[in-house]
Amino acid sequence: MGFYLAQFLTGLASASSLFLVASGLSIIFGVTRIVNFAHGSFFMLGAYLAYTFVQILPQGIFGFWGAILVASLAVGLIGVLIEMTLFRRIYRAPELFQLVATFGVVLVIQDLTLWLWGPEDQFGPRAPGLEGAVRIMGEPIPEYDILLIFFGPAVLLGIWLLFNKTRWGTLVRAATQDREMVGALGVNQSWLFTSVFFVGSFLAGLGGAIQLPREAANLLMDLNVIGEAFVVVVIGGMGSVPGAFLASVLIGELNAFGILIFPEITLVLAFLVMAVVLVVRPWGLLGRPDVVLRGSAGPAEGPLQPFTSTARLVLFGGLVLLLAAPLILGDFEIVLLTDVLIFILFAVSLHLIMGPGGMVSFGHAAYFGLGAYGAALAVKYLGVNMLGGMVLAPVAAGLGALVFGWFCVRLSGVYLAMLTLAAAQITWSVAFQWQDVTGGDDGILGVWPAEWVSGKAAYYYVTLTLVGCGLFFIRRLIFSPFGFSLRAGRDSPLRVEAIGINLKTQQWIGFVVAGLFAGLAGGLYVYSKGSVFPDELAISRSVDGLVMVLLGGIQSLIGPIVGAVSFIVLEDLVTRLDYWRIIFGSIILFIVIVAPEGLAGFARRFLPQKLAGRDLMGGGGA
Amino acid sequence: MLEIQGINAFYGQAQVLQDISFQVGAGEVVALLGRNGAGKSTTMKTLMGMVNSTAGDIRFQGTPIKALPTHRICQMGLGYVPEDRRIFSDLTVLENLEVGKQKPRDGAPVWEAEKLFELFPNLKERKNNAGGQMSGGEQQMLSIARTLMGNPRAILLDEPSEGIAPVIVEQMAKTIQALKKEGLAVLLSEQNLHFAKLVSDRAVIIEKGEVRYQGTIRELEEKPEIRDAYLAV
Repeated sequence: MGFYLAQFLTGLASASSLFLVASGLSIIFGVTRIVNFAHGSFFMLGAYLAYTFVQILPQGIFGFWGAILVASLAVGLIGVLIEMTLFRRIYRAPELFQLVATFGVVLVIQDLTLWLWGPEDQFGPRAPGLEGAVRIMGEPIPEYDILLIFFGPAVLLGIWLLFNKTRWGTLVRAATQDREMVGALGVNQSWLFTSVFFVGSFLAGLGGAIQLPREAANLLMDLNVIGEAFVVVVIGGMGSVPGAFLASVLIGELNAFGILIFPEITLVLAFLVMAVVLVVRPWGLLGRPDVVLRGSAGPAEGPLQPFTSTARLVLFGGLVLLLAAPLILGDFEIVLLTDVLIFILFAVSLHLIMGPGGMVSFGHAAYFGLGAYGAALAVKYLGVNMLGGMVLAPVAAGLGALVFGWFCVRLSGVYLAMLTLAAAQITWSVAFQWQDVTGGDDGILGVWPAEWVSGKAAYYYVTLTLVGCGLFFIRRLIFSPFGFSLRAGRDSPLRVEAIGINLKTQQWIGFVVAGLFAGLAGGLYVYSKGSVFPDELAISRSVDGLVMVLLGGIQSLIGPIVGAVSFIVLEDLVTRLDYWRIIFGSIILFIVIVAPEGLAGFARRFLPQKLAGRDLMGGGGA
Repeated sequence: MLEIQGINAFYGQAQVLQDISFQVGAGEVVALLGRNGAGKSTTMKTLMGMVNSTAGDIRFQGTPIKALPTHRICQMGLGYVPEDRRIFSDLTVLENLEVGKQKPRDGAPVWEAEKLFELFPNLKERKNNAGGQMSGGEQQMLSIARTLMGNPRAILLDEPSEGIAPVIVEQMAKTIQALKKEGLAVLLSEQNLHFAKLVSDRAVIIEKGEVRYQGTIRELEEKPEIRDAYLAV
């Protein structure tokens, strides 16, 4: 009995830190509508800065708590700096841009932290005066944990007072509903947003700083905590602070007891709960239906244009070059080109649901990974040949998309994106934790292509054929009645339903098709590398896909192709350098701010209209 | 008080306002008349800096305001009551008023919640209710009261009589007369000529984004052909 109580209290103590991070994320989202990936980085910075300030400030109770406060304030100011220089420019941009931009910040902060504090874990001191443990029903409970248990509710009360009993809080709540009207009543929105960002970042920093006595500051903190914080915010309801509290306690306890009952799948549990909550209560426990923000709708997309004769000629020329490539290039370049082709298919499949489908997916890596693992597992356990593997890869991914898609199309906007992320994290957790079957972190090795295509050039031709067919099929699909209904549904779900199209079914089919082709890309990938690791399912792989689509520009069909090519080539060049993340993150930020319409759109502005505008880009329009 | 000189506005490629010019004098009530889609709301949004005008000039008390952000325009004493009221539905009546609050201003009437409750007694009874729970007429009153909390010198009222019960429309007319008595300049957009006649000194008629007629309300009454051409449904 005492043991379970101790476990319960540990869960509550963890919930406090999680609540601080999640409430900050929720507050920032509520007002600015930005889903801030970098929030986890603020948490990490809070821990590292507290570590440093504890050493600078005099030892003792005041020094310790002073360090925590100073660290949190510093993180708040860093948040303000980032908001003023970066986020202010993207408040009106589509969700995809915002998300990718915040991920750019994640990369930059990761490398800055590495550079400032080094790769080793930094162990903080224990809180002075709270080093001991108290015995409750015979079980030792750290005194610091007891303090944390009270800290969370105290902060909840503080936030409640701030939002309900001050003029600032009233303005913030008003801006959550209608920011333009708040401006028309004489309130400077920019400063309101900046101050909200300060509060949110401060809370994240505080969450990281108070965690220091329990957990060493390390470079994995940012993405670890952001995953959980997303879950908490979505379960609680985006924008709801009490909801975040409730959900933190739920997740804290789930982790504390889950590890006793299902040690194999602790990572999955939180995401499973989130998926269930989203299906039963699509806006979270205490959240409310997504309000459509006024004055923030993006420009409408122009209609898609079929190829003209010029474009066909360019395409034909490109195809001839690709066919001739192995005659000109060496093995190294051919492998790179094979990679490029695979990721073109991956990006185009993602673009199908994001562009024409209008569904932002944060978790497309799930289907790429399912394809790769599907083939690899079939080889490992069933001993199938390459043909079998190549068939099983898209089938496995398609089945995954069939299941996840059924849940996902029930939601829209940010909640849809979050559920796709949860789906991807579930598959990642299974691959990572279910070591007996998937090999866990060690992955699955020895998945090689059949004898007759073992040469680099032969495999390149296989890839070219399959990717080419995939692209052709997806393009035909977009210009079919099915594609029309998808695009119509993106532009106006209500009107599409009103003319008798079951939009959810169409979107579901779109999801499955995208999953199939992502799976095919995954299958091609695993045979070209000979192995697969959980990384292929991780958040960063999903973000890779998003960056490719963004790089190329979401509004044109050629966009994801341009994006995938530039991404893979860029990645190949940059990852050879030290601190490549900071370079890569900066490139992402640069593109989001300077060329928000993507490279294809950027080119369209400068190239002659006839070549770039309608023909090649297939986009065009206003 | 408010001088508009040759402004235009675009939604995407479509031009919705073209060379609009008119004035609102101190203490004057001007009715901006026109059919649905004529450009009345867009004119008001352009004055508030919520829609961008690429040409012309807007002056408020002699100061150019065209390039200013919305909140700065409001802080100079130009109040705006939007067409669809845009009440903060989660906030109570008192909290809605709090959002509109600004410092008192020289030469403009000063409003407090209590004084506004005299003007709008319904609001007093419901001061702790959420804005979203109120009827359309009450929301319209709250929207006006909220803007008055900013102690404006001039106020833009976008279709205050739209979609509310006839009794309330009468009350609204009295309210506008009371505001005029306090010395506020009022620009009022209307489709309802009857209502406009009750409260306005002058009329500006726009159609398809262009000014077609300007004159006193009295003159307009004597010219039924203008009324039929631009206002009749």
